[in-house]
Amino acid sequence: MSTVKVFNAGHTACSGCGLSLAARLVMEAAGPNVIVSNSTGCLEVFTTRSPQTAWGVPWVHSLFENSGALATGIVAALKMQGKENEARVMAFGGDGSTADIGFGIISGMWERGDDVLYVCFDNEAYMNTGIQRSGLTPFLGATSTSPAGSVTGGNQKQKKNIPMIAAAHGVKYVATACVGYQRDLQNKIKKALAIKGPKYVQILATCPLGWGNDSSLTIQMGKLAVETGLFPLFEVEEGKITNVMNVAKPKPVEEYLKLQTRFRHIVKNPEEVAKVQAIADANFKRYTKDKVLF
Amino acid sequence: MKKVTEGLKAIAETVALCRPEVISAYPITPQTHIVEELSVIVANGKLKCEFINVESEFAAASVVLGASVAGVRAYSATSSQGLLLMAEVLFNMAGMRLPVVITDANRAVSAPINIWNDWQDTLAIRDAGLIHLFAEDNQEACDMHLQAFKIAEDHEVMLPVMVNLDGFILTHAFDPIEFPEQALVDKYLPKYVPMEKLDVKNPLSFGLMGGPDRYLETRYAMAETMKTCPAVIRKAAQDFNKMFGRNYGELIEEYKMEDAEIVLVSMGSIISSMKDVADDLRAAGKKVGVLKIRCYRPFPVQDVIKSLCGKKKAIILEKALSIGGVGILTADIKAALYGQKNVPEISDFILGLGGRDIRISDIKAIVALAEKANLKGEFYGLDPKLVEEMDK
Repeated sequence: MSTVKVFNAGHTACSGCGLSLAARLVMEAAGPNVIVSNSTGCLEVFTTRSPQTAWGVPWVHSLFENSGALATGIVAALKMQGKENEARVMAFGGDGSTADIGFGIISGMWERGDDVLYVCFDNEAYMNTGIQRSGLTPFLGATSTSPAGSVTGGNQKQKKNIPMIAAAHGVKYVATACVGYQRDLQNKIKKALAIKGPKYVQILATCPLGWGNDSSLTIQMGKLAVETGLFPLFEVEEGKITNVMNVAKPKPVEEYLKLQTRFRHIVKNPEEVAKVQAIADANFKRYTKDKVLF
Repeated sequence: MKKVTEGLKAIAETVALCRPEVISAYPITPQTHIVEELSVIVANGKLKCEFINVESEFAAASVVLGASVAGVRAYSATSSQGLLLMAEVLFNMAGMRLPVVITDANRAVSAPINIWNDWQDTLAIRDAGLIHLFAEDNQEACDMHLQAFKIAEDHEVMLPVMVNLDGFILTHAFDPIEFPEQALVDKYLPKYVPMEKLDVKNPLSFGLMGGPDRYLETRYAMAETMKTCPAVIRKAAQDFNKMFGRNYGELIEEYKMEDAEIVLVSMGSIISSMKDVADDLRAAGKKVGVLKIRCYRPFPVQDVIKSLCGKKKAIILEKALSIGGVGILTADIKAALYGQKNVPEISDFILGLGGRDIRISDIKAIVALAEKANLKGEFYGLDPKLVEEMDK
């Protein structure tokens, strides 16, 4: 066991930050023999205020939208140095980096089939710049650019389905995870890192500041997102759904929504809640074990 | 060995001799033949290298950035719109002190869309922190790549270097090119030794956030390196001359300057025409010399002062402009000369944009115009009919 920690305490994340928890879980599952390429965002900012760093593994940040392309270059460089078996390469991005500004970069990386585990830390908005809407902001969620206005209330689009887009690229291993299920999250990271080729894991990471939940509820929010069906946990291997986390008794979405101020404008409106419930219900039907997707 | 080769293919073959370990680039006219030729060289096993096809120039620059921070020699090439798409990465690459070499086949920038030559692309990113070298002809462009890697990777420098050559005028011209022996190239340019790299045995963090307490000093360090790197650039040129017997000047090149009264100043391929004009006008009794800016960033302030002070007249030829400002090269030269003694009269002309031909007769006409009056930011070669039409 290495005495060097791969992800150290002392960083400047908010209390109850699901992202810092998710990052620690990922890093502890990955161990010391990894190289991380990290997009601009909360994770980069709160871990590496120069001259300090929270990272105990080789780590690099360049821009908001290019962690995937950096990872490609790193893999190529390792190969040229005969060190491809010395380190596994991971690229980290937030939801905005992954689904929006860096989307083309990630598509290119997947299409090339580069041996990179891309981890999307999905806290469902541009939290680092102050809670603006991203392509992964949930339906009707209020953000500072999709506000709860008097005419339109919250984000009018559904989350872009990046896991399915990844699977359609032929990404070898695609999984969703969340901070509510920590062992599951770590198993998925370990499994992904054992596979050669492109891998994608999307982790739902509670953001108390952006979601408006109590910062003591980080884990519970993750669990509720899964138990309501709003964030299903599944694995796709070679185009087939191989595993779906079973939810024996789905909870009504209201239980999840009512704990967050971003949904405050809809919780007392049954019609709006029903629209969100319909998404959850559809998710339970869509993600079933052994379903061949591509 | 000398063989007649197209400019871009000659550059590709020369870059291969430099043994880059990762190459990533994206097709764009007039650069494309470099990336095509390098992909062929790698596909045929003549260069052990990871050649990575990407979806944009932004990705190409990011891939070579990643490769460089992981400790290998990395190369890319681009032009015009592609360079602008790379711009964000280039600022970052320079700030991270990564010695990537990038070739820019200089081309106009849209709109209107135009694939032909001027310098607007490269001068738009002059503040990124890259060293900018300009080649006069294809032999120099090839040789400049060896020097570029040597300069970039020098531990006193550690900055990306951009080699500029004029699109089509040089890129697509066939010239007899002297290719150096691989063994000599290896001697001149040994394997890249990074100062630090991504390494699990020595885990370091790169690209950290620098707040108001550190950012200023980081940028100061880059500016200081730009002040000291001329020594490295000079030595790279001198060592190259010693080993390969070709000399193009160092930061600048002077042509018939000793007794010159009128000095033509510019960069790139137009220099060759200007040298011919100097010869012709000297035969007619005019003492004309040529000052070639070979290294544009860092700008060779001392060399320019030494070269121009005491002359009667400097005529600057610009193939780009800062719209709403003054000529870009002119601004650098005037800033260098400000406060000096015996500063020449300066006329500056904007010409050749978007690939408009510049003939020997045009340069002679410009000299005649500048002899009559000091002209500032004068557009040369405008078609009065078109100007009138566009005015409507």
